[in-house]
Amino acid sequence: MKGYLVLENGSIYEGERIGANKDVICEVVFNTSMTGYLEIFTDPSYAGQGVTMTYPLIGNYGLTREDQESKKPWVEAVFVHEIAEMESNFRSKMHILDFLKEYDVPGLEGMNTRKLTKELRNAGTMKGKLTSDISNIDEIIQEIKDFTISHLVESVSGEEKYTCGDGKTKIALFDFGAKQNIINSLLERDCEVTVFPQDTSYQEFLTGEFSGIVLSNGPGNPEDCEVAIQNIKKLYEEARIPILGICLGHQLMGLATGAKTYKLKYGHRGPNHPVKDLATGRVCITSQNHGYAIDDTSINPDIAEVSHININDGTVEGLRYIGHDIITVQYHPEACPGPEDSSYLFDEFLEKVRK
Amino acid sequence: MPRNPGIKKVLVIGSGPIVIGQAAEFDYAGTQACHELKKEGIEVVLVNSNPATIMTDKNMADKIYIEPLTKKTVEKILEMEKPDSILPNLGGQTGLNIAMELYEDGFLESHGIKLLGTSPEGIKKAEDRQAFKDTMEEIGEPCVASKVVNTYEDAEEFAKSIGLPVIVRPAYTLGGTGGGICYTMEELEETAKSGLHLSRVHQVLIEKCISGWKEIEYEVMRDKNGSCITICNMENIDPVGVHTGDSIVVAPSQTLADKEYQMLRTSAIKIISALKIEGGCNVQFALNPNSFEYAVIEVNPRVSRSSALASKATGYPIAKVSSKIAIGYTLDEIKNEVTGKTYACFEPVLDYTIVKIPKWPFNKFLTASRQLGTQMKATGEVMAIAPSIEQALMKAIRSLEENVNSLELEKLKGLTNEEIRECLKQVDNERIFVIAEALRRGINVDAIHEITTIDKFFINKIQRIVRIEKRLKTEELTKELLTTAKKMGYPDKVIAVLCGKTENEIKNFRKENRIIANFKMVDTCAAEFDATTPYYYSSYDEENEADTKTDKKKILVLGSGPIRIGQGIEFDYCSVHCVWALKEKGYETIIVNNNPETVSTDFDIADKLYFEPLTAEDVENIVDAEKPYGAIVQFGGQTAIKLTKALTDMGVKILGTAEVDMDRAEDRELFDEALEKCGIPRPKGETVFTVDEGIKVANELKYPVLVRPSYVLGGQGMAIAYNDNEVRDFINEINKTEQEHPILVDKYMLGKELEVDAIFDGEDVLIPGIMEHLERAGIHSGDSISVYPTQHINIENQKTIIEYTKRIAKELNIIGVLNIQFIINRGNVYIIEVNPRSSRTVPYISKVTNLPVIDIATHVILGEKLKDMPYGTGVYKQSEYIAVKMPIFSFEKIKNADTSLGPEMKSTGEVLGVSKVFSEAILKAFIASGVNIPYKGNVLITVRDKDKIEMLPLAQKLDNLGFHIYATSGTAAFLNDNGVEAEVVQKIWEGENSILELIGSGKLSFIINTPTKGKHESRDGFKIRRLAVESKIPCFTALDTVEALYEALEKGTKEEDLTPVDIGMI
Repeated sequence: MKGYLVLENGSIYEGERIGANKDVICEVVFNTSMTGYLEIFTDPSYAGQGVTMTYPLIGNYGLTREDQESKKPWVEAVFVHEIAEMESNFRSKMHILDFLKEYDVPGLEGMNTRKLTKELRNAGTMKGKLTSDISNIDEIIQEIKDFTISHLVESVSGEEKYTCGDGKTKIALFDFGAKQNIINSLLERDCEVTVFPQDTSYQEFLTGEFSGIVLSNGPGNPEDCEVAIQNIKKLYEEARIPILGICLGHQLMGLATGAKTYKLKYGHRGPNHPVKDLATGRVCITSQNHGYAIDDTSINPDIAEVSHININDGTVEGLRYIGHDIITVQYHPEACPGPEDSSYLFDEFLEKVRK
Repeated sequence: MPRNPGIKKVLVIGSGPIVIGQAAEFDYAGTQACHELKKEGIEVVLVNSNPATIMTDKNMADKIYIEPLTKKTVEKILEMEKPDSILPNLGGQTGLNIAMELYEDGFLESHGIKLLGTSPEGIKKAEDRQAFKDTMEEIGEPCVASKVVNTYEDAEEFAKSIGLPVIVRPAYTLGGTGGGICYTMEELEETAKSGLHLSRVHQVLIEKCISGWKEIEYEVMRDKNGSCITICNMENIDPVGVHTGDSIVVAPSQTLADKEYQMLRTSAIKIISALKIEGGCNVQFALNPNSFEYAVIEVNPRVSRSSALASKATGYPIAKVSSKIAIGYTLDEIKNEVTGKTYACFEPVLDYTIVKIPKWPFNKFLTASRQLGTQMKATGEVMAIAPSIEQALMKAIRSLEENVNSLELEKLKGLTNEEIRECLKQVDNERIFVIAEALRRGINVDAIHEITTIDKFFINKIQRIVRIEKRLKTEELTKELLTTAKKMGYPDKVIAVLCGKTENEIKNFRKENRIIANFKMVDTCAAEFDATTPYYYSSYDEENEADTKTDKKKILVLGSGPIRIGQGIEFDYCSVHCVWALKEKGYETIIVNNNPETVSTDFDIADKLYFEPLTAEDVENIVDAEKPYGAIVQFGGQTAIKLTKALTDMGVKILGTAEVDMDRAEDRELFDEALEKCGIPRPKGETVFTVDEGIKVANELKYPVLVRPSYVLGGQGMAIAYNDNEVRDFINEINKTEQEHPILVDKYMLGKELEVDAIFDGEDVLIPGIMEHLERAGIHSGDSISVYPTQHINIENQKTIIEYTKRIAKELNIIGVLNIQFIINRGNVYIIEVNPRSSRTVPYISKVTNLPVIDIATHVILGEKLKDMPYGTGVYKQSEYIAVKMPIFSFEKIKNADTSLGPEMKSTGEVLGVSKVFSEAILKAFIASGVNIPYKGNVLITVRDKDKIEMLPLAQKLDNLGFHIYATSGTAAFLNDNGVEAEVVQKIWEGENSILELIGSGKLSFIINTPTKGKHESRDGFKIRRLAVESKIPCFTALDTVEALYEALEKGTKEEDLTPVDIGMI
């Protein structure tokens, strides 16, 4: 069955419908990863978004649940060039189409994903509607324009705190939509991780039970997270234990300490972003997924200094907080998908924690 | 940190002649390196023995030595030039080995010369089997269970301990020369012994066989700060067991989940960090398809064939960035020239797929084994880019120019299902077609996977292609079906056959329905950033990204496709020079080619690069989009010439010699008419279609006769027949493939062969020089030693040659270049062939005469006149240097290939020897060709009866030089009777102390063996020649070649007495 993606500027892309047969409105973004579609679809940071995969062959190696980054897919829709007819990999338990159907995720196959990517790159991220009926385009465009996407963190963060692992080091994870591999990366390094919902009061982290705090990634505009920002501000002021911020967590720490964030034209979503560590001059290839960034001119030099920058566009990729054991990064040291080159950040963080 | 200011003068070592395992990719890498170094203001000294390369061009380096790539010669050049550094990692294994030898014996240190890029310790850790294994163990990276051994006894013991099958890999050899999988102890004995012999350090690795695992490669880059990136990963469709150079390869990997992809990527980065690589590097892995278990197979601490492929696959210029790193830059300081916005420090992402297919020379070696294994056999490769695997695969298939346009092979149709199942077990060059045929017969994906161990993902892709065949045969051709077929990569020609229509009907239907090829850009970043690279591939997705607007006149230059015997790197040289000349004249240049190894497919060369198959339909798509003013076909070898008619039909103006006139050179009857008109004699001959006609003509002409198909390359299918039976055999062989044109039967004339490349502008001719072949007619010109200027031709004959050249060029209305082969028989000059195009000899004659032949020809093609140029007309002034071009063969790579020379070309590359003294030039050429010059020792002579008389004076000379001669009884008696001492050796069938034992004993310096007629491999001569190749003993099959060797030896000149010549000084 034919389906269409209508963008808010009126562009229409045609494809064959896959997955759930329902209409959705979402923010349309693109990801340039050549592997890791399951990790992307199940990353809570994609809540509210329809993801265009620029790599044209999706589903080649099927999927296995152990690779999921959360319990379910969070993407609103997927836009792909071609879905593999026959998947092949020794771990594969399922075809990607069955997975999308099971979780009621709609999508389009056979799309000109390159053209769409170029349009998003040139015009910036846009909202769009996936539908089978384009008889009344004006109405659809109005509907898209009227649709607002906000406060996504609340929908992806858990409601109850829970603990995993039984390692020696006790870490508190502030969950704004954390990827499973953040937790796994800590567990692999002999930690016990307690996961707290996004609206948890800062006091819960400061009971003395934990020796380090991780602020997780998550979806949407960081400015939406008013409550969390207040709590993080308190953590900045009162916590005497090391803090590691990842992606949204990095932005929230920035906002909590007076810096500003802004929306990037079309974001960074892919496995190939070069990030330079200004201290060593070394460059790491990082996995990224963010639509917002911290404005470097808004950083108070008495509070934090830029530790990492993006080689491509010079945007802030990491901050070191002066007089505090706080490191935050815009990229994803937990990878999944993408390069594992920056996983050393967990080691460095835990080294401080264990001191 | 910017570049190291201490680097002021650098020696770049090239990779030498094209051989199997080392082809044009190093010309591409070397050219980029020279270009970058010069751009940085560094003085560049270049040494490379291969004259057909672009890197040995005058404007590429400040000093250019086309000299033997041996330690002695390079030392001499270093002493003369005194560079401060050597760039060793861009000249393939050859360049790296020489640099390491110079380092190891302390020469570099004592002369204060640095090795740029990776440190010698790092190179050693990667290259030396044991050091590599130890390093991997230290960093916890798994290797395949293996052991380095120096004796056969140790090999046997270790193989017993890990169990068969095992793989034997000799250390420090090209393309795995001499290695192989051994399933039995007998095989192990044979392979290990030959491997030990071939290895420079007499070392082989015995390794657990992991056939069937996935073979994955990563191209990695590291700078001195330790920043690491991976440029590209690639997956071989053929699992471990087939050399990666002989595998069909896709990029990026298709069947790896992110977990596996990252696991291997992390491992690759860990490895190059441990080896402290500075520059590009290639890491090969084997991955168990049923677990996360993997093993590091090999690391190449240099640019390689794979890095050329990865560069073209992603748009990331690996050699260029490697050179910049070598002189001190870090990755974050180097701009990504594709986007102009981002830096070299990022990882390319693709939004298309790449398929590479090797080009094998089996059509040249009918007796050779087509089986693929750990010994690479391909001479070249094609690459295709498309949004789907199916489309890329189909594009690659037709890029091979094997007259096959889909996955259907005629000869498989007659086989039974059982036979097809059997064929599936064969790992050979036709396996992909057998899989398609099996699927057509209903053998399912699982069964095929079971037999071939090829991943089901790929078999399914083939199945999807085959399925369309059936639909096209049975369904009505709708817009939807046609669109699907085009997206699967089907050319109109095949669609037409399958649905019983004409190609034109399909094309028209397509155009009516707007099913047209659109061009997409290769931009390194999957459209994330705006890119400006004019590097395109076709797809059937909407939106054409090719920016076709320009104020300039556009000219299409057709490339020459994959490197193959008969059409090599020299045509790439010509295409690139043509492009440069056109650009200088203000034209917009568009190049079409599909060979990822070449300079012409570097997106920096032409204004636009279309990476596409060179077929009429694919070229027409480009013509439709670009609407060029004209096309130049005469520089792209036979590949481009073949497209002349199609281009003319499309309404594209052929610049230079017109299509009708080209045809007059190629069509036998028209050509005869033209010669007759000019009063130029040629050997008598007729055209025939059948065996009976052939025998009749042959008897009229009187034996021997030359039998060959028309319109061929490199003398393919050409043979000399001495009797009716042979005519029958040869014509039957030719007719195995359907012939559009008649077969030619000519009187075979014995005589001196000469060759001329000339430029003609309609009025005047310019001849750079006359070249003389040292081997007489009957041996393909590409396989002959060629000398410029002529050494044995009188003035009268030279005058006739010039006169004939002028006459025939004028008669054929040549505009641009032409190549003519002459023969002198009993004092008379005959023309045997005219090629209305550039030839194999153009690069070398350009270099030794200092005449920019292609440049001039391009100007002539654009309408300029020779008399208005500063080069004069007639024969160009003779150089005071003598240049000897010597063919290079890759016989040791191809099991069971007959090494005897004849009318069909067999050489893969060439080297040049340059000196003011003929004997020195020829000595240099022999040294450069790898012949271990024998100043004394033992020679085996076994010649056919009719060569005995001619051989006598030669044997006499060798005897005088102090060589001890062995010969079989007849020859020995003949020699002894005539006063030349010769020791008798038993013929093969005579049993003990036979020739084979003598060859195996290693006592011989060289062998003279003239082949008896016929191509039967069972003959003794064939066995002698093969054993000689496998024992690395030079074996000359033409007496003229030995005569040339004698000239080199006669004066007793040694390599150390020779002076390297800077070509720029000529």
